[in-house]
Amino acid sequence: MKTDIIISGVGGQGILSIAATIGLAAVANKLYLKQSEVHGMSQRGGDVQSHFRLSDKPIASDLIPYGKADIIISVEPMESLRYLPWLSKNGWIVTNSVPMVNIPDYPAAEDIINEIKKIKNHIIIDADSIAKEAGSSKAGNIVILGAASPFIQMPYSSLEDAIRKLFGKKGEEIVEINLKALKAGREASGK
Amino acid sequence: MKNLLLLGDEAIAQAALDAGLSGMYAYPGTPSTEIMEYIQSSEQAEERNVHREWSANEKTAMEAALGMSYCGKRAMVAMKHVGLNVAADPFINSAMTGVNGGLIVVSADDPSMHSSQNEQDSRFYAKFANVPCFEPSDQQEAYEMIFDAFELSEKYKLPVLFRITTRLAHSRASVSLREPMPEKKLSLPADPVQFVLLPAIARKKYKYLIDAFEKLRYEIRLSKYNSFKDGSNRDMGIIACGIAYNYLIENIGSSNHEYPVLKLSGYPFPKDLIKDITGRCKSVLILEEGAPMVEESLRGLLDDGIKIYGRMDGTVPRDGELNPTIVAKSLGMETSFGSEVPSLVKSRPPSFCKGCGHADMFNALIDALKFYKTGSVFADIGCYTLGALPPYNSINSCVDMGASVTMAVGAADAGLFPSVSVIGDSTFTHSGMTGLLDAVVKGSSVTIIISDNSTTGMTGGQDSHATGRLEQICSGLGVDEKHIRLIIPLRKNHEENVLIMREEFEHRGVSVIIAQRECIQTATKKKRAVTSNR
Repeated sequence: MKTDIIISGVGGQGILSIAATIGLAAVANKLYLKQSEVHGMSQRGGDVQSHFRLSDKPIASDLIPYGKADIIISVEPMESLRYLPWLSKNGWIVTNSVPMVNIPDYPAAEDIINEIKKIKNHIIIDADSIAKEAGSSKAGNIVILGAASPFIQMPYSSLEDAIRKLFGKKGEEIVEINLKALKAGREASGK
Repeated sequence: MKNLLLLGDEAIAQAALDAGLSGMYAYPGTPSTEIMEYIQSSEQAEERNVHREWSANEKTAMEAALGMSYCGKRAMVAMKHVGLNVAADPFINSAMTGVNGGLIVVSADDPSMHSSQNEQDSRFYAKFANVPCFEPSDQQEAYEMIFDAFELSEKYKLPVLFRITTRLAHSRASVSLREPMPEKKLSLPADPVQFVLLPAIARKKYKYLIDAFEKLRYEIRLSKYNSFKDGSNRDMGIIACGIAYNYLIENIGSSNHEYPVLKLSGYPFPKDLIKDITGRCKSVLILEEGAPMVEESLRGLLDDGIKIYGRMDGTVPRDGELNPTIVAKSLGMETSFGSEVPSLVKSRPPSFCKGCGHADMFNALIDALKFYKTGSVFADIGCYTLGALPPYNSINSCVDMGASVTMAVGAADAGLFPSVSVIGDSTFTHSGMTGLLDAVVKGSSVTIIISDNSTTGMTGGQDSHATGRLEQICSGLGVDEKHIRLIIPLRKNHEENVLIMREEFEHRGVSVIIAQRECIQTATKKKRAVTSNR
């Protein structure tokens, strides 16, 4: 078993929380993992990404080779396209449809969606609205994780446990919102 | 034994704590920052009261660590690669004095310059100083090596350079921990003049250093990290250094590989080790992250020996970070590729946060400079370097910590008017103060804008030594108090701020404008902490 994931978005959108959730679940399932993160300069509103590798055997490289990622999980639609060189021929894109416009030359939103639809396996959802319904507009990242969860080879309950662990310090209310967001995302994926 | 999911930086920090660390010294710098941050938030460090406060810069950090080592205790100092340039004087001379308690110098290199101004390879510094160097390939090895590095440091009485690169620093994996060791007791060096580098003493010490460096080639605590595995195909052998070894294994697997492989993670190494490869293979491929250091030494000036493939002949790109795909190509293996990035995808460079004081400072500066020729703003290292990007396009230099002040001084010497420096508060106390003293003594016509957000912002908001001290420092250095101006960079103060800047440009002498507004990130963090404590 091996799952190579690129998690992408814009600095501040919570991609490290997605990575941390999968990481905790992986440890609970006794899987090997390597997770490369971006810290420093590019965090300031720039594009950020994490290479996340899961396997039942030891993993050598911290980085995913080109053309080998099984999933791109993206909290922002244009950012999902930036990592296409890594996506394998049968890989999936799971992305938020809501653009984060912080540059003057941001392309038309529908052009981006059309570009994503050119990839055979894609799931595009409005994570921001789903998150708001679940109780917090900040939980869009967890909604996207929920939508990607059918492709991550781990029991769904282990992701729930990971969320309890990760958000536990912030109180029961935050945990519940994120569990709801995870579930709503999974349902929205239609898988 | 306990397992933790740790960044490479954190594995180093945890290992140092488990190896009985007494003092951690650092100045923040990507990709090294998380080493100190981990120790600062560690309960283990708190229980033992390990020293764990930021230093003003890498030089003061290095020297304080040497002082801790003088007392027989284990110390570690961490910095980004360019920080080692700042600490180079004490670093090189600490090899001459030698150490008492174990001393590890962690230098985190940034190939591909993700967050840096160059990609210098710190391994050269180890060779330059004649000290041993460890270059871990993964998080677990980094953890193990720290124990050996301390032991080695104490056995040879030498500081040890610990070289990592961005990818290892910022990648997380499971690390299995050892039983923690106690700290060392305070005990001064047996030789009272060990640390006194008078020429007569230094000459003797240098002979010892040269001799020790040769002995290190056969030292088990280094050589256990250098391993040779034979293969059936003798057409080519492979030498892989540090993290490059992982990219190699990703491609050829860890067992039964075709080519003989030499993994190098400890320097210096003996000639015999290289002969394992060169003695049995027709050619050799060298994979190293950073500069072609091993490759250059194997080729020599004449390069007339065995056929060598690497960065110098273009088999591997001459610059930039390695990855598994680059390594596959260098091996002549087939590689895969998803699809090209569609042309509509635009680059998204980092930018000022919403509510950032630097942005309002730049807006005022741009308007104040409208009346003058362009090209007069020297900037520095920090978030405000983003003033180089549109829509601001308003700085003309970014070289090294503190250079804005002294470049402005030199430019004023050359007749540039106005000559303006933009520097952050933490960068100012790191390396700007001495330059300001130069300006005061010479009476230079410069305007120094200290964009004071009361934190070290770019690296994630660490405490700044400058907080609450800037006015005192500037007047203490001799700046005329009439020309130390305090402004609040807010949109509503724009006109007033432009006016103040213009007044100070026109002052023939040293002016300091302190633009004070707390970083929006740290301010938000503080607010959140207060709310959650209620």
